[in-house]
Amino acid sequence: MLKKRIIPCLDVKNGRTVKGVNFENLRDAGDAIELAALYAQQGADELVFLDITATIEERATFIDFVKNVAKELDIPFTVGGGINSKERVSDLLKAGADKVSINSSAVKTPDLINELSLEFGSQCIVVAVDTKRIDQKDFVFVHAGKTNTGLDTFKWLREVEQRGAGEILLTSMDHDGTKSGFDNDMLVKVADTLNIPIIASGGAGSVEHFIDVFEKGLADAALAASVFHFGEIPIPKLKEALSKNNIPVRL
Amino acid sequence: MKVAIIEYNAGNVQSVIFALERLGINPVLTDDHNVISGADKVVFPGVGEASSTMKRLKERKLDELIPNLKQPVLGICIGMQLMCKHSEEGNVDCLGIFDANVRKFKSPNDIEINSTLKVPHMGWNNIDNLKGKLYKDVEVGADMYFVHSYFVETNPFQTSSCHYGLYFCASMQKDNFYAVQYHTEKSSKQGSQLLQNFLEL
Repeated sequence: MLKKRIIPCLDVKNGRTVKGVNFENLRDAGDAIELAALYAQQGADELVFLDITATIEERATFIDFVKNVAKELDIPFTVGGGINSKERVSDLLKAGADKVSINSSAVKTPDLINELSLEFGSQCIVVAVDTKRIDQKDFVFVHAGKTNTGLDTFKWLREVEQRGAGEILLTSMDHDGTKSGFDNDMLVKVADTLNIPIIASGGAGSVEHFIDVFEKGLADAALAASVFHFGEIPIPKLKEALSKNNIPVRL
Repeated sequence: MKVAIIEYNAGNVQSVIFALERLGINPVLTDDHNVISGADKVVFPGVGEASSTMKRLKERKLDELIPNLKQPVLGICIGMQLMCKHSEEGNVDCLGIFDANVRKFKSPNDIEINSTLKVPHMGWNNIDNLKGKLYKDVEVGADMYFVHSYFVETNPFQTSSCHYGLYFCASMQKDNFYAVQYHTEKSSKQGSQLLQNFLEL
């Protein structure tokens, strides 16, 4: 049986992890590669590394970082952050990343999704979508959640799938950083809409939240950051609890 | 030990190189027929679409070389599928090392398949009915990492099975040819054990 995946997400700047609380105020959470190796050893199923650097020079050093991660890790990992061209994707995949995640650039140039999936295969193209509810409607936000695109989230998700994305990383901005649970109402609607795997993100605060995101939100994978980085939820304990609740996980 | 990884411009092979390096091997990535023929072990990885990857093999005449290799050869993912007779992906004839066909998950012909099945089959899934030397010290029911939209049908050469909507062939062997559908290079300890077993053949 296909297992539900647990995915720690590491925001990376100069090889160190940082986690934005509500996308602002960064806190340091340690050496990224060391942390990644620890997560892999503890049973993380995949990892996501987001490059949060801004300058071109720093973008270049991220490639070296990806290479060092790939040397170390024997589980799959996705990289994201500021990816906006075929060349950049090619460099990241050559460095050893298994998948790339695109976000703002996909909204700006939707054809990029088609181009990337044709060139590299859908399986390695993750489209990250940040969504926020305003007056009972769901909108896609970009630029680390700062800009409302005005795009209807469900319409955009269907378009993203149709253009060839292999997977969706869906972050509920209303839940992100709140530790109040994933947005299961939204997730279950998305699961009903799409035929590609969905990684749920935003809101993890307790073991029960992970049980709920798989049982009620029907997510294929759940992503979280601070609950893992600060040791609030150890991955072995989380997976054991999921297994006890009859959620298929890799132990 | 000389290990050659077949280079035919079919996706990311860096993770295969790193996985072998973690086992103390420095593989050569090459499409040179002499280097491949002279290696102790050959790895045939790849990610991509079947008809275009077959075309790339043919451009390098690797379609003539690979079926005639005598040393242990390990096909991974699309490498495994290209070792089959035919693939529905791009409706292409493949290398024909294994008399088995490659089909699409959720093809319109498969009325028995659950319509909610998501494609690609992506993530960790358990393999069962393990047979052969590659599975020495690999646990029955081990979870391996899969990413694919097409699968090899169950066949007489099968050395393990996996279930996703239906049972399919997760690995197979014939003479010196070994093949795994999952990414053994990304399948944590169990995958690394399998690679180690291949190196020890």
